[in-house]
Amino acid sequence: MSKKMNSTREIIILGVGMTPLGEHWDLSIRELALEAISAARAEAPQVRPEAFYVANMLAPALSRQSQLGALLADFVGLRGIEAMTVEAAGASGGAALRQAYLALKSGMIQSVLVVGAEKVTDRVGSEVDAALATMTDTDYEAIQGITPTAQAALLMRRYLHEYHAPQDALAGFSLNAHANGASNPLAMFQKAIRPEQYSKAPMVSDPINMFDASPIVDGAAAILLACRDTIPANHDHPLVKIAASAMSSTAVALHDQPDPLVISSAVSSVQKAFEQAKLSLEDIDLFELHDSFSIMAALSLEAAGFASKGEGWKLAADGAIALDGKIPICTFGGSKARGEAGGATGVMQVVEVVRQLQALAGKNQVSNAKIGMAQCLGGIGATAVTHILTHFKDH
Amino acid sequence: MELSQHWRLKQQRYSLVGEICPYCEGKIFPPRDICPDCGNEAKTTFQFNGKGEIYSFTTVRQAPAGHEENAPYTLALVRLEEGPMVAAQLTDLDDQAVEIGMPVEMVTRKLRSEGERGLLIYGYKFRPILKAA
Repeated sequence: MSKKMNSTREIIILGVGMTPLGEHWDLSIRELALEAISAARAEAPQVRPEAFYVANMLAPALSRQSQLGALLADFVGLRGIEAMTVEAAGASGGAALRQAYLALKSGMIQSVLVVGAEKVTDRVGSEVDAALATMTDTDYEAIQGITPTAQAALLMRRYLHEYHAPQDALAGFSLNAHANGASNPLAMFQKAIRPEQYSKAPMVSDPINMFDASPIVDGAAAILLACRDTIPANHDHPLVKIAASAMSSTAVALHDQPDPLVISSAVSSVQKAFEQAKLSLEDIDLFELHDSFSIMAALSLEAAGFASKGEGWKLAADGAIALDGKIPICTFGGSKARGEAGGATGVMQVVEVVRQLQALAGKNQVSNAKIGMAQCLGGIGATAVTHILTHFKDH
Repeated sequence: MELSQHWRLKQQRYSLVGEICPYCEGKIFPPRDICPDCGNEAKTTFQFNGKGEIYSFTTVRQAPAGHEENAPYTLALVRLEEGPMVAAQLTDLDDQAVEIGMPVEMVTRKLRSEGERGLLIYGYKFRPILKAA
C-alpha cells in the first residue's frame, strides 16, 4: 500500500536561483550559496525546507572546508535543519538532486533545498589542476600526471582516429555553446565565436584546444523542491515536475572502461530515466548535457541514443543541437560558455531546464519546450545522473 | 609523506603484477581481487610481460602540482598484450613521433619527486620498442 502511494507521490520544483559564473574575488562560497538560495526561496517564501543538500566537490581541497551542509545551512538562516554535502565529482549536483528526490519520495520529508556551490578561484594554476585530478584514479592515473583535461584528450584523439572524423569535427559544440552564452546574462563568456577562432585556438592538451575545454570558475545554483501536497495555495510561478531521476556508475579510471568511447553509466541512467518517465528520445525537447570538454558532449549524445556510435559530432556539425534544432543542447551556453562550476554544474543544468519549461528563457528560449532532460557526469562518466522534467498542472 | 600509499603499490609500479581470474581466465590490471568481467574472486597473481601498443596519447603542457618539473610530458593509454589497458607516461621518445598502434614496452623511471628532502617515486613508463634491423 505505502509503496503504491510513494510511487505516485509527485515531486515539484517550487523555486530556482543562480548566480553569475565567473571569478568572484569578492565573494566566498557562503555568499555565493546565499545568493542562489535567496533567489530560489523568494519564489516560494511560505515554504521552509525540512532538509538541505549541498553539491560540492572542491571545497575540501581548495578551501580547506568540509561539512558544507552544516556550514551553509547556518549561514543562510536554516540552523538546525538536516543537512549534508553530496559529492560525486562533476555529477555532485545531479546526485544531490537525486537524494532530494529520494527523500521526498520516501514520505519522511515534505520539502528540500538543494544548492550546488563551488569556489575555485582562491587558488590558481597547478593547485587547481591537482585538486581536479583527485576525481581521476589517484593510484593509477593521477600519479602518472593525468588530469581530467588529459583524460578528455585521450578520449578525443581515439574518437577522431576510430571514426575517421576530421580534426575540427567537434567545433560545432563550442560554436553552439558560445552562441547561446552570448544572450545569457549569467554566462562567463557572452560572445559568439567564429569557426576560424576555433581552428586557430592554441592547444591545451592535444587534440583538446582552448575552445574544447570549459573554464572552471565560481558559482552557485539552488532549487527548492516539495511534494505536491506542499505547494502553497497562492504559488504564482509555473510549476515543473521531476518526471524521472536516475543515477548509475562505472569505473573511475579511463583504462578500466571496457570501451572508453561508450559512457556506460550514461547509457544506463538514461535508460532508467526513460523507463521511469514512460518517455522516449523523441519526447525530449532539450537536453542539458555534460560539456566540460566538447568530446564529452559528443559521447553524451551517443550514450543517450540521439546519435549512433561515432556519429555524435555530426549533430553539432549539422546544427541539430542549436536552439531551433532537432535536439537543442547547452541552451544557456553549457559549461563551455556559461562556465563550469564543478559540483554545482548539475544543479545549474536543472535550473536552466526549469527556465526553459517555464518559458522564461528569454532569447535562449526553445520554442514550445515541454519536456527537458539534464545529465551531469563525474569525471569521464564514472558517475552519471539523469533527470527528466516536465510541465506540471495542479488540479 | 604518503609513504605507505606508494609502498603498497610497489609490485604494480615496479613490475606490473596483476591478477588472473581462475574462472574466466581474464587478465586483470590493476589488481582488484574481484574479476570485473565475471564477478568471481580473482586473487591469483599474474605477471604481465610489459609489452603493448598505444591506444591513445596526448601531451600535457599544464601539469598539476607535483608534476611541473616533468612538463611537457606525453601520456598514453597502452593496451597490454594480455588485454588490459594501462595509463602511463611515454619516455625515451627523443624526436620520434607518437602514433596510435605504436608498439611500446614498460621501463622503470622516476614518476615524481616531492622536494629536496621528500620521496622519489618510481614506477612504470613506456618507451617505443626498437625495430629489429
